[in-house]
Amino acid sequence: MNKKSNIVQQKNQPLGFDLKKIRNDFPILHQIINGKPLVYLDNAATSQKPKNVLDAIEKYYREYNSNIHRGVHTLSENATEAYELARLKVKNFINAQSNKEVIFVRGATEAINLVAQSFGRNSLNENDEIIITELEHHANIVPWQLLSEQTGATLKFIPINDNGELIIEEYKKLLSKNTKIVAVGHISNALGTINPIKTIINMAHEYEAKVLIDGAQATSHISVDVQKLDCDFYAFSGHKIFGPTGVGILYGKEVLLEKMPPYQGGGDMIKMVTMMETQYNDLPYKFEAGTPNISGAIGLGAAIDYVNEIGLENISQYENELLNYANQLASEITGLKFIGTAKQKTSILSFTLKGIHPHDIGTILNNEGIAIRTGHHCAMPVMEHFKIPATSRASFAFYNTHEEIDVLIKAIDKCKKVFN
Amino acid sequence: MFDIKDLYQEIIVDHNRNPRNFRVIADADKTMEGFNPLCGDRLKLYLKIDGGNISDIAFDGTGCAISVASASLMTDAMKGKSIDEAETLFNNFHCLITTENEIDTDHLGKLAVLAGVKNFPARVKCASLCWHTLHSALIGDKNPVTTE
Repeated sequence: MNKKSNIVQQKNQPLGFDLKKIRNDFPILHQIINGKPLVYLDNAATSQKPKNVLDAIEKYYREYNSNIHRGVHTLSENATEAYELARLKVKNFINAQSNKEVIFVRGATEAINLVAQSFGRNSLNENDEIIITELEHHANIVPWQLLSEQTGATLKFIPINDNGELIIEEYKKLLSKNTKIVAVGHISNALGTINPIKTIINMAHEYEAKVLIDGAQATSHISVDVQKLDCDFYAFSGHKIFGPTGVGILYGKEVLLEKMPPYQGGGDMIKMVTMMETQYNDLPYKFEAGTPNISGAIGLGAAIDYVNEIGLENISQYENELLNYANQLASEITGLKFIGTAKQKTSILSFTLKGIHPHDIGTILNNEGIAIRTGHHCAMPVMEHFKIPATSRASFAFYNTHEEIDVLIKAIDKCKKVFN
Repeated sequence: MFDIKDLYQEIIVDHNRNPRNFRVIADADKTMEGFNPLCGDRLKLYLKIDGGNISDIAFDGTGCAISVASASLMTDAMKGKSIDEAETLFNNFHCLITTENEIDTDHLGKLAVLAGVKNFPARVKCASLCWHTLHSALIGDKNPVTTE
């Protein structure tokens, strides 16, 4: 290959970003669906898993499966070491101050529920207010509705504009000395909007309110530094960052977690139990009752290794190029309307097609081997804002290609032909 | 592998674009709502019953092409049917879109175009929502129908 063609081949990829190698790391991508090569564009729902994650999980079950923190035997020691190493990887990945601030949970949903119940239920009353946003996933709405029912606290919403961006002036008006909790998504799952969370956190702290960030959509796309952000809690799921399902992380500031009562009772979260009372374990174990998802934690650790190896900067840069390319081609399709046109966005293309329902689009695309998500994306208030029942959403990851976007665009065109 | 045209036949595309009986019957004897919470499809059925027969039937709401065309075709097929005949048709239609076996489609008329749905399992609920809604209206259920 001469030098010139090499440059052409690399033009859409950051330096050191080897797309061919990356795609080979994901076994699931190489298959035929409905007679066509799979084009997986449902990454905002869940991401695919690289070989090193699959291998790490298999190795645990094949070679050192055992319970952690209690056995004196070698397998248990190895499992405990791997589980705690995974915690250290997460701690470094989000730049938490200590391992004590990193709690393994089932996913972002459980992390948010934990904070609502353990922190919120014990500190809120009917004079207090919780602020969330119109952009949230149901997982960052319903736990606060429950808390509001339980404590009498009032729930308020930051509205969005027609680009799908939070209106910060309105947020300013909602804040008061009664605000106790502000819970905001880092990135919208329905639209891809990146929220200005640093500003949101600073504004809340002026009123001494605590801030939870739902980072489910963020950690696989942009780097997160919880100390720089100064958020009080940060939640994310393993399966959206190329790790397994059933494991996720709650980060919390140590000083807050120390004061919070346990969320669940059981084994591992205790120091001593008599029939009358229990002395709780130290952080982070106080919040990890029962045998945790050991293989899941180890798999998440491996996923973080993988992301670090590629580099979030490379990932962001490449995904931005994919999004720009998709936007450019999609904007030429008559009748296609973009839903979510924020200035700061990750690689989510949410759209409607005139006269064609998203579910019909989903079926036609599936017949072309393309996996997208259609529906309300568990964000019904967002759909309500745009006065639509549903959208079609293609969400890109760093293993997607420009050619796959060409296939998508061609298939959208086919939808129009079917309904012509 | 199935051709997408097996699902989106010309009649279905036509009934989606111009749904028949898409209106409100203000003095309906029975009304019933159907809802598919997974996809947000929502429809309302209106029925006029005269001497045990369906003398008029209409619907409104929003949904995908399959659910709109299915409701349009169903309401067309139901006009003038007795309640017993309607229930028989409900059972036959259910077989049409769910069973693997070839069934006799002669008595189903135009409804037979929806047979392709059975090859797209995720879409069976779309086609059956209006039928379950009708069934509930006829047997006198009080609660709105949901597919979940």
